[in-house]
Amino acid sequence: MSAATLAKIRVEHLSVQYDDGTESLRDITLDIPANQITVLFGPAGGGKSTLLRALNRLNDLVEGVKLSGKIYLDGEDITQPRVDVVSLRRRVGMVFAQPVPLPMSLRQNVTYGLELAGVRQAGKLELAVEKSLRAAALWDEVKDRLDDPAIALSGGQQQRLCLARVLALEPEVVLLDEPTSGLDPISTSKVEASLQEIKKDYTVVIVPHSVQQAGRIADQAAFFLQGELIEAGPGKELFLAPQNKRTEDYVTGRFG
Amino acid sequence: MSRQFTQRLVFALITLAAVATVTPIVLVVGYIAWLGLPAINGEFLSALPRDGMRAGGIWPAIVGTLYLTLGTAVVAVPLGIAAAVYLSEYAKDSRLTRAIRIAIINLAGIPSVVYGLFGLGLFVLFLRFGTSIVAGCLTLAIMTLPVIISTAEEALRAVPQSFRLVSVSLGGTKWQTIRRVVLPQALPGILTGVILGLERAAGETAPILFTAAAFFLPRLPNSVFDATMALPYHLFVISTQVPGMPIRIQYGTALVLLTFVLSMNLVATLIRSRARARRQW
Repeated sequence: MSAATLAKIRVEHLSVQYDDGTESLRDITLDIPANQITVLFGPAGGGKSTLLRALNRLNDLVEGVKLSGKIYLDGEDITQPRVDVVSLRRRVGMVFAQPVPLPMSLRQNVTYGLELAGVRQAGKLELAVEKSLRAAALWDEVKDRLDDPAIALSGGQQQRLCLARVLALEPEVVLLDEPTSGLDPISTSKVEASLQEIKKDYTVVIVPHSVQQAGRIADQAAFFLQGELIEAGPGKELFLAPQNKRTEDYVTGRFG
Repeated sequence: MSRQFTQRLVFALITLAAVATVTPIVLVVGYIAWLGLPAINGEFLSALPRDGMRAGGIWPAIVGTLYLTLGTAVVAVPLGIAAAVYLSEYAKDSRLTRAIRIAIINLAGIPSVVYGLFGLGLFVLFLRFGTSIVAGCLTLAIMTLPVIISTAEEALRAVPQSFRLVSVSLGGTKWQTIRRVVLPQALPGILTGVILGLERAAGETAPILFTAAAFFLPRLPNSVFDATMALPYHLFVISTQVPGMPIRIQYGTALVLLTFVLSMNLVATLIRSRARARRQW
């Protein structure tokens, strides 16, 4: 089997440019394996979030973004215009840096995506609520107040709710863009722990909020600098024995 | 002059300005109520006018204004909200949308009597609706649209962009996102705009002058193609066209119209403050 069929996601020669001429990503080629945590890390402005948003076509919402190259999800090129982006986004879910609970109850937040997809059976929705809240390590804290407004949760709980909301759709890939940047250390470790759980069922791609976090959770790691992919490989190797001088400098804290 | 003195002087002046703005409304409402209240009784509110409008009640004018306001709402509300959704959610910044926006701004600036003349030409004569409730409602609707569109668009834009992004990232289509998140959140703001727009429609005389209003029609309208009495026009008529008119009937009519419009205002204020208390963003 070729590498293309082994990887859950294969990015080939991906470049992203903005209308004003600035380049966000330059010729990225990267394999993202299934059931592992792949970490995209590097200093700010490196193009990590842009890559993340390309993986479920959220860049479509931004005007003036030009994309070239290919992104294969299970061998299918998702950059093609004919791809159904709505069902793509169900398969590739996204958790943002700032937790944004929708202005409804906890329960409605979790079932929102399913209801949009046409799931109506109360039993099925009920089951999904418990299952995904458990997977996001939030169930025990909120099981008695599922009908409270989601905004009443603490920041850390909100972010786990956002994760649960994505998991409820049973996507194949979960993208996380600095999901713990606004959280305290205890909430952060809860989110990280649930990532370790969910990778058994999902492919996880995360932009961490620090090198330390990258080192803690990475199965695979990719180092981005100013729109270029400098180095990629298994996390242990990349952090303990980086091949590239710039990766080493960043990982050891000489810049960044 | 010491800085403290300047500070006190400025504070006194702006307080005075604030009080001055409240004075006219207090005076207007007080004066109208003072002269109008003696006319208000059961017969005045529920009977047909008699004796060349010099006696009896103003029931047909009250009903007429209700019909005109409701009819205007039926036409202007769906159209206005749809246009606002288009402008806020779908329209890209193009020459077309800029032209639409300029048109809306200018529509808001057209004097109401011009709307009346336009309604006479298009609805009454060309479309042969005659002097009728339909023609009046359509004319008032066109006049009300810019208010509804601009307040609704503002309310839609105030809904945080992040809600839309989240909804779309959870597999929502654009329309699902608008219907389930954006519109419900913008609804209180939209309703406020709708009420303010309709309130203006309810109180206007000029647009219905040539299109809907009957000088004297001592019965209720039979159909939407019938002419109708209406409070603002009735007030105009009894204040300028009828000799020997008892003054309390004029002020009684004004008081009823004022109460109608101000209670719509009250509803809008209540909606706004309740929504603000419940808002989750």
